[in-house]
Parts: sequence; structure tokens; C-alpha cells
Amino acid sequence: MHELSIVVSIVETATIEAKKAGVNNFDTIELEIGSQSGIVMMALDFAWNEGVKGTVLQNAERIIHNVQAKAKCVDCSHEFDCESIYDPCPKCGCDFSDLIQGKEMRISSLSYEEK
Amino acid sequence: MCTTCGCSNSSNIELTVPGKESKNIGAMEINSADNHHHSHEGHSHDHSHEHGHDHSHSHEGHDHGNSNTNVIQLEKDILWSNNLLAERNRGYFDAKEITAFNIVSSPGSGKTSILERTLTDLKGKVKMSVIEGDQQTTNDAVRISATGAKVVQINTAQACHLDSNMVHEAVKELRPEEKSILFIENVGNLVCPAGFDLGESKRIVVISTTEGDDKPLKYPDMFLSADICIINKIDLLPYVSFSMDNVRNNSLKVNHHLKFIEVSATTGEGMQEWYDFLLK
Repeated sequence: MHELSIVVSIVETATIEAKKAGVNNFDTIELEIGSQSGIVMMALDFAWNEGVKGTVLQNAERIIHNVQAKAKCVDCSHEFDCESIYDPCPKCGCDFSDLIQGKEMRISSLSYEEK
Repeated sequence: MCTTCGCSNSSNIELTVPGKESKNIGAMEINSADNHHHSHEGHSHDHSHEHGHDHSHSHEGHDHGNSNTNVIQLEKDILWSNNLLAERNRGYFDAKEITAFNIVSSPGSGKTSILERTLTDLKGKVKMSVIEGDQQTTNDAVRISATGAKVVQINTAQACHLDSNMVHEAVKELRPEEKSILFIENVGNLVCPAGFDLGESKRIVVISTTEGDDKPLKYPDMFLSADICIINKIDLLPYVSFSMDNVRNNSLKVNHHLKFIEVSATTGEGMQEWYDFLLK
């Protein structure tokens, strides 16, 4: 539901970069999206097609690097992939952990062909 | 536009000091990078990009080696413009020794009642001011103003959360004193405000005993991002099926760093612990 606004934010940043680089179009955009970022990929796909129309990203290939959420157990320091923020440690069963990655919502790079 | 729920905050956002005329602070798109374009010319963004993960970036099929292809390595957070201004707010608060608290919760958990009581009980002990965030009405600012505290109301119109730009504008209007406490009462919403740093010193999530004790699991992002959890309306515990143990355990599963303060803003029970925390 909120993915359209994410696309809008991305387009805004890309528009600034296009102005700086003096180009009208980007060929590729690389995004880094954590599995606990709250972004739903299907919804992002849908929003993307609408959101980039008529913008510098209209023809850009979108490359998404998914970042699997990882947590570190407070008790045994075991690092594990998690599906929710409150998954217990699979090794010792402890309920308490720190999320160490998976919140990423990042534009990694933009690329364009030189005229 | 809110990147969490897609709400728009492009409609007119108003600041109101009770008893004075409202001031329109314009249509702000907090994620509109154009707002802050001026400050980004001519220098690279090489700050705050450390992240410890080691996932692989596969580039199959994308030949960046092509001499005609230019790659702009951005590594920019999608919410960068909000985060940048939040840090600016934070720097201002630090310099003025202002402790800013971002108070978040569902609607009706008692944020304003806690503030009313706090402002009344601590009057003369510490300087305090308030920024009130609501979609509509100045009702909360009028309640706060009645305690004698300085207050600015932000009406976010369509937006479901405060952002760092709104707080920036409100602080200019409010002019909080040096060595004071600034309470920022966010829009009642347990989802979207979690994603928006305002530049606060600490984030305080309020939950009340009339809500479900599984709320921390249902809305983990808010509890993950908070430092303190105030459990309000403890005077109603005998009448509701709310387990203090459950809410604490559920919150700690999400964020084991959370500190709890149990209060009743109505009866005053537990408020001393909250005051001790504020005054220390």
C-alpha cells in the first residue's frame, strides 16, 4: 500500500541526480531492500510501473538486492536469519535478540549511457 | 508523501500558537529531495553509510565495465532528506541543551493527559515546551496551553506522522528555552511515525491498559524504534483483560533494550518514576 510513495521518493532522488549529471534518462537503478524494511515486492512492482512513467526512470532497468534480515542472540551471540523481528534464537531458544540487518531501504546506484 | 502508508502531506500544514492566528507553513513534501537540494551541491554523500551486512551484490548481466556507461554510486537512504534534517534538529537541541522527546502511540492512549499532568506537576522545576501533532484541530494545544506551557500545534492535514521538516518549522516558532525539555507529541498512529526521525533525544512509546497486550507484536516497528515504554491507565487494570507480564514480554521480544514506566495520568500513580526519569 505504501510502495507508491517509496517509488515517488526514489524518482525524486533520481531526478536530482539526473539534473546534476545532465542526463534525461537512467538505464539502470540498483536498490537495496531489507526483508524487514516493510516493502512488499509485489506492491513495489505494481507501483513502479505507474510511478516511473514520464520520469528519468521510465526506461531504467531496476535491480533489487534483497537483504535478508539477521538477528544476533543476546544470550549466545548466535547470528541467525529471521522472518520477524521477534523470532527466538534457533540455537538456544532465547527470545531476545538485536536486529543486525534487514531494515535497508537504499538506492545503491544509478547508471546512464554517455551520449 | 509518507513512505510508510502512502498518505500525502502535500496539503497545507499549519502551525498554531493558541490565541494567535494560524500560520501556513506551506505544502511540504518531506521526501521531496528538492527541498534540500541547495545543501547538496558540490559535495559527495559519504556519510552514514556504514552497514555491517555482508550480502552479495550480484551484477550478472550488467556490464558496468562498458566505457560508455557511467555509474553514480549513490548509497543513499530512500528517506535521506528526512534523516538529514533530523540530524540538523538534533544538533540544534544539543547546542541549546534541549532534551527532546518524541512521544508516539495509538490514538487515545493518553499522551496528552500524561503531558498535562507532567507540565502541571513539574512547573517551576524544569523549563518545558510542547509541539503537538494532529491531523486536525488545536484541541490538544489548547489543553497544553492551559497548563501555562509554551506550545505550538502542527496540523498535518492529510499526513499521518510528523517529519523532521515540520518539527524544524515548529521549533522556529516555539523557540524553546535553553536547558529545557521539549515534548513532541506525534500524531496518534503506531505505524508511520516509526520511520521518521525528528531529531529527538529519546523516543517514548505509550501503550495503555485498554489496548491489547499483544500490540508490541502487532506493531513491532514502533516498539523496536522506542527507548522508553510508558504503560498508561494502570488504574484500570482491575477492569480489563490486560496482562502486565504479557505486554512487557511481548515488548522485550521486539526490543530488549526497552525501559518501562507504569503510570496512571488520571490518578497520578507511578508518575513520580516518570518525573525522576525526566529530571535526571
